[in-house]
Parts: sequence; C-alpha cells; structure tokens
Amino acid sequence: MLLAFFLLPLARLVGQGADPALYWRALTEWQYVSALLVTVALSLVTAVCAVGLAAVVAGWLAHRHFPGRRLLVAMLTMPVALPGVVIAFMMILLMGRQGLLADITDWLTGERVVLAYTIVGLFAGYLYFSLPRCIATLLAAAEAMDPALDEAARMLGASPWKRVRDVWLPGLAPALVASGAICFATAMGALGTAFTLAADIRVLPMVIYTEFTLATNLGMAAALSVILGVATWIALAVARSFGGGMSAAA
Amino acid sequence: MRFIPPLVTALVTAFLIGPILLSALAGVTANWFLGLSGGFTLQWIGRVWEHYAHTIGLSVWLAFATLICTLVLGVPAAWSLARSESRAARLLEEALVLPVAVPGIATALGLIMLWGAVGDFRTHWSFVLVGHVLFTLPFMLRSTIAAMKQADLPVLEEAAAACGARFWRRFRTVVLPAARGGILAGSLMVVALSLGEFNMSLLLTSPFTMTLPVGLADSYASLRLEIGSAFTLVFLVLLVPPLIALQMVADRLGGVR
Repeated sequence: MLLAFFLLPLARLVGQGADPALYWRALTEWQYVSALLVTVALSLVTAVCAVGLAAVVAGWLAHRHFPGRRLLVAMLTMPVALPGVVIAFMMILLMGRQGLLADITDWLTGERVVLAYTIVGLFAGYLYFSLPRCIATLLAAAEAMDPALDEAARMLGASPWKRVRDVWLPGLAPALVASGAICFATAMGALGTAFTLAADIRVLPMVIYTEFTLATNLGMAAALSVILGVATWIALAVARSFGGGMSAAA
Repeated sequence: MRFIPPLVTALVTAFLIGPILLSALAGVTANWFLGLSGGFTLQWIGRVWEHYAHTIGLSVWLAFATLICTLVLGVPAAWSLARSESRAARLLEEALVLPVAVPGIATALGLIMLWGAVGDFRTHWSFVLVGHVLFTLPFMLRSTIAAMKQADLPVLEEAAAACGARFWRRFRTVVLPAARGGILAGSLMVVALSLGEFNMSLLLTSPFTMTLPVGLADSYASLRLEIGSAFTLVFLVLLVPPLIALQMVADRLGGVR
C-alpha cells in the first residue's frame, strides 16, 4: 500500500521532472531562485524565532507548579492542529485592513497600518503554527532535565545569564536543534498560510501550485517539488544527526 | 531580569489564543466593521450552512473513513513492528515517517500524476482519502508502537499462549487492551489532522469533492469577512472536542508512566 500510493507517486514525480534542463531553469531563472531564497530565509528566521521564544516559555514552565498550569499548557500546544488557512485568516483579522492592529494604530496615530499581506504578516502566520510544536517538544525536554543542576548553579552564585548559558543550553541542545529543524521543514512546505496571505510574496509551495494549476506546467511543478523535498530533507537529516530524530515531528 | 520569562510566556499565550477568540467573535457579530456595538447574530452561521454544508459533511465523513483505514492498516502493522527485533523492521519504522517529512504538495502532485487519469478516481472522494491516510498513518503508528513497546507485549503474549490462547484471542484480549491508550491517542490525532488537512487537499480535491479547509480558503477569498469568521467558528467547534480529548488521554497516559 505504501508502495503504490506513496513511493510510486514520488518516483513518478522525480521522473516527471527528470529533464536536467528543467532543473537548470529552476535553479538559474530568477523567478524560481528568488522564490527558493525567500522560502528558505523565511523558514530559517521562523525556526530561529520560534525555538528562541519556545525555549524561554518551556524553561519557565518546567518544574513550576501552579493552579491552571495544565490549562495554560493546553492553550499553548493545542493550536498545533489548526490548518494554515485558518491561521492566515486569523492574521488577517489581527493585521488586515479591518484588523486589530489597524484599529490600534488608527487610534494612536491616525493611520491604519496593514501588515497582513506583507512579509511581516506571513512571518507572523508561520510563527503561529511553529510555536505550539516547539513548545511541546522543548517543554518535554526541559521537564526531563534534572532541576538539581539549576539549583546547584544558583547556590554557587551563578548569574541568570550564566545559568542559561552553562546549564540550560547544553541540556536542551538536542531538543533545540530537533525542534528547529522540524519547524524549518514544516515552514518550507506550508501552503495554506501562503495561499491566503501571500499576494505579492512568492514562496515555493505557492509557485508549485501556480505552475500546476494556472500554467499547467507539470514538469516544472515536479522539478520544484523535488527541490523543495530535497531542501526539507537536508534540514531533517541535520536534526537527525544531532540525535533528536523524528520523534519531535508530533 | 526575573520578569522576562513570565512576560514572554504571557505574550506568546496571548499571540496564540487571542486570534482564535477574535475570529470566533467576528463570526457572530452583525457587522465586524462596527465592532461589538453592532450587535450579535447567527445569520452568518446560517449562510455558512447554505453554502458549505456539503464540505462539512464530506470532511466529517473523510475523517471517519481515514480513522477506519489507519486503524485497520496501522494497528496490525504497529504490532508486527513493535514485536520484531530485526533490522528490517527498524528500517521500515524509519521509512514510515517519510510522508511527514516530504511536503504535502509534492506527495499530492505525485499522486495526481500517477493516479489522476485512472477512471473516475480523480473526482471520487476516496482520492482525497488516500492522501489523508498517507499523511495521518505515521501518527497512528508512532503512538501505537510506543504504547505496545511499553506494555512488554512479548512476555504477556507468551504467557497467554502458554495458557492455550490462540492467535486471534491473544490479539483481542491481550494486545488490544495493552495498547488501548496509544490507539486512542493516535485515533484522536488522526481525526484532528484529517479535519484540518489542507496542503494536500488543495490539489487532491476537485469541485465535486471539496473538503472543509478548502472550503474555508474559498470563503476567505470570495465572501465577506463575517462569513469567513462564522465558518472558522463552525470548524473550531468540530476540531476542538477531539483536541481536548487528546489532551486528556495524554495526561492520563503521562500519569501512568
């Protein structure tokens, strides 16, 4: 079953785009190269920001008990199942023409700021779907750490910065790399968010979609998919070599 | 210094939860442009029902069908993978997570190229089903395998076999109860993921087989803001119960460990 419905279609995909000229065009023509670069840069920035924020949240939540903690954790991790389109729509409500941000800036400065359809809005959407999975992974890793280490460092008079650098960072390193790579991979392939938000910005999954539907350029769509797949795979392979593995994908 | 982590946590929570509340609210306001003072109404939800009832029905049906498929394929596969010590089984376990790593749009494109021209398959709902099963099966497998490995199945099964239980009876009375929690968690995950799947569905669906998330994108693009919000609200009402149940199962499993 896996063979017929997954491996064979993938093989066909590779076969369809197997013309070297197509790959040459995909990797040299500016419209495709720029899309690839934008996608990689956006995914990279998203992954770094999401991991950074999630690490702070996870470090603070781990080993801390207070009423409502379970509810808070649930609220922080549940949005993982929201599809990209819905997230994009929420960003429009937040930063669109009739959004919250526009109302606030209108009230403050008299100008309505609309960011939803710019790279900022797209980044916010990407960050939104990356944060919950990072928090879930990093929280699990932080809980598994021995609280005595941090305690000992504190007793010995280490400053907060020193404790973060010498205790938390080494302890969480595998989880940080693994969740970062997963974020990167998800962001690379994210179609839903871009489908609704990216009017002017060309990210790779959108380019593949337009090549396929509007230009009916099957070969190019296939070649671009393969490039996208390979780029994603490299990111995951890097994560794997750090020992975090795919367990973080959930 | 000390107040930075709690502040970041609060901001992240607001960033994640705020938009959900905002869109839920927008779905029941009479006119979003006027804000809350415009009053509340259910008319947008009614409009959603008129336009998109078929997508809601199809998505619920697909989620159910996907669940059945992943159970039928996933549980026996998980069982044989969890028991086996061979290298091939480890390799296969690794290979099964592949569909998660390959971008959905690539898989969808491959499926269309290979199967798109075969009879009426392309316009039938089962075409979308194939994509959903591919995407969700790894989650079912991972959760079930983890539960089975923890339960120390070989020993339990051997004991049952020594007592004279045949294969089918062992599977039903020993294996399934032992992996119950993992199967339940996997099932809820599968339902939630299938309901919200978009990356593949956008290409796999046809005008005759539009799923809910594709319908959502359609409503965002072409109808007024309040209808999009109301549709989002309907979607959340469908999605949140399995997610809450998932959280509860996860908490209970965590407590057992």
